[in-house]
Amino acid sequence: MLVVTSAPMDLQSLSRRVREHVLRMVYGAQSGHIGGSFSAADIMAVLYTEVLKHDPQRPDWPQRDRFIMSKGHCTPVQYAILAEMGYLPVEELSTFRKKGTRLQGHSVLGKPAGVDNTAGSLGMGLSFGLGIALGARLRGEDLSTYVLMGDGEQAEGQVWEAAMAAAYHKADRLVAIIDRNKIQNDDFVANQMVSEPLDEKYRAFGWAVRDGLDGHNFEQIAEGLRWARDVQGQPACVIFDTIKGKGVSFMENNPGFHGAAPSADQLAAALQELGVAP
Amino acid sequence: MTTTAPEVAATREALGPTLIRLRNEGLDIVVVDADLGASTSARRFKSEFPDRWFSFGIAEQNMFSAAGGLATMGYTVFASTFAVFAEHAYDQIRMNIAQPNLNVKIVVSHGGVSVGEDGASAQSIEDFALFASLMNFRCIVPADVVEAAAAEECAARTPGPFFIRTGRARTRTLYTDGPKFRLGVADRMREGTDLTIVACGLMVERALDAATALQNEGISARVLNMATIRPLDEEALVAAARETGAIVVAEEHLSHTGLGGMCAQLLASKQPVPMEFVGVPNRYGESGTWSEVLEIMGLTAQGVADAARRVVARK
Repeated sequence: MLVVTSAPMDLQSLSRRVREHVLRMVYGAQSGHIGGSFSAADIMAVLYTEVLKHDPQRPDWPQRDRFIMSKGHCTPVQYAILAEMGYLPVEELSTFRKKGTRLQGHSVLGKPAGVDNTAGSLGMGLSFGLGIALGARLRGEDLSTYVLMGDGEQAEGQVWEAAMAAAYHKADRLVAIIDRNKIQNDDFVANQMVSEPLDEKYRAFGWAVRDGLDGHNFEQIAEGLRWARDVQGQPACVIFDTIKGKGVSFMENNPGFHGAAPSADQLAAALQELGVAP
Repeated sequence: MTTTAPEVAATREALGPTLIRLRNEGLDIVVVDADLGASTSARRFKSEFPDRWFSFGIAEQNMFSAAGGLATMGYTVFASTFAVFAEHAYDQIRMNIAQPNLNVKIVVSHGGVSVGEDGASAQSIEDFALFASLMNFRCIVPADVVEAAAAEECAARTPGPFFIRTGRARTRTLYTDGPKFRLGVADRMREGTDLTIVACGLMVERALDAATALQNEGISARVLNMATIRPLDEEALVAAARETGAIVVAEEHLSHTGLGGMCAQLLASKQPVPMEFVGVPNRYGESGTWSEVLEIMGLTAQGVADAARRVVARK
């Protein structure tokens, strides 16, 4: 399959830059979601450089693969990877959540080009992606649709409406990616709702499932995403175990950094841990 | 639609035949369904174009979100269900259709209290308020089956989201000589000088009957069919207030959040005149035949005529 990206990337440095952007954006806005952006940063880095068929020079290319951000509060990581890919100037990231910006707190379709859905209310992305996949199949287009969800989001009933319908329609170009970071807004997921075992649930709904992959190991991420892309006859779900806040020690596994902005001292400490000059 | 309009028909009956006709004319239509296609009449499309028909089971939230996704692939997407079940998926419609301004046409059937026997939970009395509150949506409440077909064709040929409310009650066909529907333009169905009755849906028939009754008392009532409830035909409404000096708004919906409230807001700032409102009183419905329930709610020609007498007395 044709994969159009910019020059081959050093994934380690790409994901470090993405995390740096996320930190600076959320610090600059004094609001935003670092934890879920960091847990998904490595998945996004691999997806956009090694799996997704896309062309930043032609964001409206009809045959592009679609990426649907269902956990729409994690715009920092989405805008950061889009900027690194060339969909928008890196300098524009500093406008995040500020008056007049294109970069709203939650995803808005087309802002910037490269954002393919509007999001914020959780649980809707898989349905939206299913609609795209069904439409693409009817057109005979050779494209896949990747939907990124959180594990807390799995409590939304609509996710399971979409899961049921995707299997019924044998939507095998639809890929569900679950960023299992184990923390949601108020607390650990396990303290809020029993969403596990996700692998057994998706299998029971008729999906092919890969679970137990490390969402911070580039090789495992690439392997899982490619496996999911190539499944035939049924939709595929790949579940990555991740760490919320991954990359900055005092943010890791800390429900306090779901939606909180860092102080100036915390920003400096975090950048230092990432190995970036403040 | 056949060329000969039936004497009585439910507005819901227009959808299936209209979709088939428009697809045969080459429109890039797909239809999504949540197990009510037989009732909304959309299911007739399935036998003609099975690959363009998508079943979502009894799952309206998923259906409306997926309709948004389908629309991004360039299709004209028709989504139909009962009015109350579109309300069920309000946030999905807001975020996946209205905000991204996608090409989805929501045609609901079984709107209003004239669902009748099914009772209060099945009777939508708040859908005008909900859908008129969604930016980018054009909202239409056809008065008969001929106008319903025309509104659906207009929606199919006009980019962006639409909400069309049809009903189950078999009411009189008013446009026997063919539709006069124009998006955002009220149809002046009867001339009058003492007041104007602004109506939509099955209340247009009742408004016309009321105007006939009032004529015998020497009261001359203009009747405006405000089929497009959003955007309102501001010009026709202001002209009606200026030229007749009194307004009655009649609708099968709560007045304070429906067409009545919207007309009152506009006229308050542009051309204030005495107004009266005929709508669902502040209560939920109950079972009964559709005409019995309309009677209970005061949604009758008599109710409209009474409101007309009140408003004329206030001039």
